[in-house]
Amino acid sequence: MSNSYYDPKDLRKFGKITEWSEELGAKFFDYYGKVFEEGALSAREKSLIALAVAHVVKCPYCIDAYTKDGLQRGITKEEMMEAVHAGAAIESGATLVHGVQMMNKYDKLSM
Amino acid sequence: MATKSLKARANELASQHKQLDILNGGLFADGELPYFKDKIAEIGHFPLRPKKLEILQINVGYMCNQVCEHCHVDAGPDRKEIMTQETMKQCLEVIRNTGAHTLDLTGGAPEMNPNFRWFVEEAAKAGINDFIVRSNLTIIRANKKYYDLPEFFKKHNVHVISSMPHYTRGKTDKQRGNGVFDKSIKALQELNAVGYGMPDSNLRLDLVYNPSGAYLPGDQMALERDFKKALKEDFGIQFHNLFAITNLPISRFLDYLIASENYEDYMYSLVEAYNPAAVTNVMCTNTLSVSWDGWLYDCDFNQMLDLKLANKVQHIKDYNEDIVNDRNIIISQHCYGCTAGAGSSCQGTVA
Repeated sequence: MSNSYYDPKDLRKFGKITEWSEELGAKFFDYYGKVFEEGALSAREKSLIALAVAHVVKCPYCIDAYTKDGLQRGITKEEMMEAVHAGAAIESGATLVHGVQMMNKYDKLSM
Repeated sequence: MATKSLKARANELASQHKQLDILNGGLFADGELPYFKDKIAEIGHFPLRPKKLEILQINVGYMCNQVCEHCHVDAGPDRKEIMTQETMKQCLEVIRNTGAHTLDLTGGAPEMNPNFRWFVEEAAKAGINDFIVRSNLTIIRANKKYYDLPEFFKKHNVHVISSMPHYTRGKTDKQRGNGVFDKSIKALQELNAVGYGMPDSNLRLDLVYNPSGAYLPGDQMALERDFKKALKEDFGIQFHNLFAITNLPISRFLDYLIASENYEDYMYSLVEAYNPAAVTNVMCTNTLSVSWDGWLYDCDFNQMLDLKLANKVQHIKDYNEDIVNDRNIIISQHCYGCTAGAGSSCQGTVA
């Protein structure tokens, strides 16, 4: 067992989660595969969404995986960084919009 | 970016033995990853055997005007291995009598061979169905003696296949050297100007894409769509097909993988992407590769690893198609590069 919480090599073993719960694991990977197929959105667009979400949920495995996936699809670094900013903007917006709650509470408590 | 070949730098990876030691050792010898031989044995394809010969691929020399980081030939301006006219004559004899429908000239930059034009003129007379020259594009703009190449190709109805790593300047120049993108764009426009690559033109112009780094190519059709859109919109360039080719872990690409500490991950990616359906159509089953000095190989990659045919005929001077086709194909772990995902060959995907 590694001495750190994240080991890049663990990403290779992702499929092994099925071994401890075959039905749920298989359902997940079927679903996962289906989600990223060409659909109303292109697989390329979905790869960029996944990259943005990977940053928002701060998953190092997902960041590695979808940076590589983007390279494979010919996605440029400028497109990747814009996707990360889109995720970051929503994340910071989600924080800041709570400022309204703070303002509401402040006003309510103040004379 | 390197400006000399591994050979000129006396890099240990210029040695084929060293490369094969790496490919056969490490992860594979430790049992972490399966040998290619064992994977194809699972589906009854070991030993791998040729089907009917379709493509004769002739490497007319390793000299090139570029020193691309990923080059499996270790080509460059310092390479002096050039096919002589005598060997070309032996090749012509074979070209006139072969059952193959495609002749594929490659290098280095094949145009740098001093007898290139003579060879093309003679070979074109053999009436072979599809006559390919793999041109790196920048050679057309490298020196004025090459400026008329588009017209020359057209005159002999040559099918031009050219490398283009990306439709953006940055990625192209990083892999192939500064200025390569602009020169390639200019060369493509000149090929278009004489009729190459136009939608209804018989003058075939295809592009080859290979990744600029330690990752596999994406979907060939999607990449083709993106390349077509970008090159047309930005530069007015048209072409027919895009071939997505996987970089095989040999020569300069192997050197890059090791130096960048990507070798293990890359080998894992290749093995994980192994596609049994691609095995049936790997190019060594329908192609024969001839080196600048006339030796015969199962493919261009085996040529670079100096894995000569496992056959009593090993040289073009002794060529006999029936005897040559009765052989076991030599494999090693680099072969995973041709069976990953949709498969990979000099003609793009195979599965």
